[in-house]
Amino acid sequence: MLERMKKLLDFYEEVLSMPHRTEIARELRDQDDLFLLLLYSEMIGIPNPVYYYTLELYPYMIEQFHDWHLRMGMEKSPMSGIRCC
Amino acid sequence: MSGILVAVIGIIVFALGYRYYSRFVADKIFRLDPNYVTPAHKYEDGVDFVPTNKFVLWGHHFSSVAGAAPIVGPAIAVYWGWVPAFLWVILGTVFAAGVHDFGTLVLSVRNKGQSVGTLAHRLIGQRAKVLFLFIILILVLMVNAVFAWVIANLFISYPASVVPIFIQIPLAVWIGFAVYKRKKKMLIPSLFALAVMYITAVVASKVDFLKIDLVQYMGGEGGDGLFGLGAVSTAFFIWIIILMVYVYIASTLPVWKLLQPRDFINSHQLVVGLAILYLGLLFTNPEITAPATNVDTDTSWFPLLFITIACGAISGFHGLVSSGTSSKQLNKETDARLVGYFGAVGEGVLALIAIIAVVTFFPSKEEFLATYSSFAASSGSGLGVFVEGASRLATGLMIPPEVATTIVSIIIISFAATSLDTSVRLMRYIIAELGVEYKMPALSKTHVATSIAVVASAALVLLPEGPKGFGSGGYLLWPLFGTSNQLLAGISLLLISIWLKRQGRNYMVTLIPMIFVLFMTLIAMFQQVVFEWSWFGSSSNTLLFIFGAIIFVFAVWIILTAFTTLTKNMNDSNIK
Repeated sequence: MLERMKKLLDFYEEVLSMPHRTEIARELRDQDDLFLLLLYSEMIGIPNPVYYYTLELYPYMIEQFHDWHLRMGMEKSPMSGIRCC
Repeated sequence: MSGILVAVIGIIVFALGYRYYSRFVADKIFRLDPNYVTPAHKYEDGVDFVPTNKFVLWGHHFSSVAGAAPIVGPAIAVYWGWVPAFLWVILGTVFAAGVHDFGTLVLSVRNKGQSVGTLAHRLIGQRAKVLFLFIILILVLMVNAVFAWVIANLFISYPASVVPIFIQIPLAVWIGFAVYKRKKKMLIPSLFALAVMYITAVVASKVDFLKIDLVQYMGGEGGDGLFGLGAVSTAFFIWIIILMVYVYIASTLPVWKLLQPRDFINSHQLVVGLAILYLGLLFTNPEITAPATNVDTDTSWFPLLFITIACGAISGFHGLVSSGTSSKQLNKETDARLVGYFGAVGEGVLALIAIIAVVTFFPSKEEFLATYSSFAASSGSGLGVFVEGASRLATGLMIPPEVATTIVSIIIISFAATSLDTSVRLMRYIIAELGVEYKMPALSKTHVATSIAVVASAALVLLPEGPKGFGSGGYLLWPLFGTSNQLLAGISLLLISIWLKRQGRNYMVTLIPMIFVLFMTLIAMFQQVVFEWSWFGSSSNTLLFIFGAIIFVFAVWIILTAFTTLTKNMNDSNIK
C-alpha cells in the first residue's frame, strides 16, 4: 500500500515537473552553446586570449561538438580543423 | 432532475466515446502504428523532443488545456437552458473536440512534430503567417484585458481572496529558489504553499480585518472615489493598475523565479477543484432548478451557443498545445489516443461539473430566470453564479460556505492569473517577432515589447467604457474571442481532413465536425459583423465592426484557399 502511494506521488511529481524540465534543459543548452562558442571562437575569427589553454579541452569536448553540429542541421563537422565524424 | 444523474449520464457518454469511438478512429481512420518512430525518438534532444510516459504526458496535456475557459463558457451558455449546453458539451467533446485534439496530435507526429501553425503556413502560404500573428495578437490582447477585469471583479466581490492570492507570490519565489538553486523536489514545497494559501483563505474569510475591501474603505458602493469616479470604479482602477504592474514584473522575470513555481502551486488546484466539486455533488445530491430549455430569449442560441462554449466542447487552442508540445513528447504513436482524445474528455468533465454547479444553485426556476434575464446579464453574472454554485457543492464536504466561496474564487483567480501572465509574455514574443519581420529591432527588446503589451492592454481595459462599466473595455473586443478561437479549430480540422484525403482514407470523421464548426462560426461572425456592429446594425460599434470584418474576410480567404487545396489533385504535397 505504502509502495503504491509512493509510486503515485512519484507519478504526480513527474507530471508536475514535465513542462518545466524543458525550460531548464533549454537554458542549460544555451549555456553550453555559449561555452562552445568561447571554446571555438578562434576558429571563426574571434580572437581568444586563452586559446592555448582551451586547446587542451578539445578531446573532452569532441562528442558534445558532434552533437552540436548535428543539432544545427550539419551532417558533417563544419570546421576543417576538427574532424569528429 | 438530480444533478448526480446528469453527471452520470455525461460520464457514461464520455466513457463510451473513449472506449468505442476513439478506438474506431485510432484503428480505422488514423491507423496508429505502434512501430512508427515518433519525432520524440527520431529527434530526441533532451529538450523539446523527449519520449514520455503516456500517463505523464496526459497529465501535462490536460493541465495545459484546462483553465478558466471551460468554466466561464458553460456558466454563461446555460442561459439557453441546461439541456442545450449539456448536449453540446458531451456531443461536442465526443465527436468534435476528441477528434480535433487527437487528430492534430497525430498529424503533427506524422510531420516531424511541427505545429498546426507551421503546417497551415506551409499549406496556405506566406501571407498566412502575418494573418495568424494578427489573429493571435488580437486574441492575447483580449485575454489580457478581459482577465484583468475578471480578476479585479473577483477581488472586489470576494475581498477575502486578496490576501491568499498575494501570499502566493513570496511562496512561489521561495519554491523557485528551493527547487532550482537547492535542487529540492517540488511536490512537497508546492503542496505546503497551497496549504498556506488555503489556511489563509479560511482565516481571511472569518476575520474582517484581513479582507482587503477597497469599496468599503471608500465608504461602500455609494462612496466617493478618486477623480470623481465613484468607489467601485476607483477600486477597479486601483486593482487593474496593480495587476498591470504585477504582470509587467512577472512576464519579464526569468520563468523559474515566479511563473513556474506559481504553475506548480496552481496545477494542484485543478485536482483539488475537480475533487471538491464531484465529491460535493455526490454528498449534496442537488436538484436541477434551471429550465431544461429557455425559449424566451433575447439572443438566439443558434449559432451563439457553439461559440460561447469553446473550451469544454471544441477549442482551437487545444490544437496548438497538441501539436506544439505534446506531439514532440509522444513515446508511441498509439499513445496519441489516450493523450489527445482523453485530454479532451478531461476538459469535458470540467465543463460538465461547471454546468451542474450553476444549474443546481438556484432555489427555483424563477430565481434562475431573474438572474439570467438576458444574454448580457448572463455574461455578466455567469462567473459569480458559478463561484456561489460551486461553493454550495463544497458545503457537502463540511466546508463552511464563506470559506468555500473564498477557495473557489481563489481557484478561478489563480487560473485567470496564470493565463494573464502567460498571455502578456506571449504578446511580448509576438511583438518581438513582428519587430524582426518588419525590421524594427527596437521592438524585440524585452522592456520595449513588454511596455507596449502592458500599456496596450491597460488602455483597452481603462479607456473605453465597456459593457460592464468602467474597467471592462476588454469586453468590447471579447465577442471576437469565441469566433477566432473556433476558426482556429475549424482550420485545424480542415488540415487533418486534407491529410487524411491524401492518405486515401475516410475523412468524414473530421470533415463533418469541421463543416459544423466553420458553418456556425462564419454564421455567427457574419450576423455579428453585419447585423449588429455595422452602422445600420442593432448595436452599432465601429471598433468591433473593423476588427470583426478583418477577421471575417481573412477567415473566408483562408478557408477558400484551403478548400481549393482539399479538392484539387494533390500529387505534389507539402503535407505527407
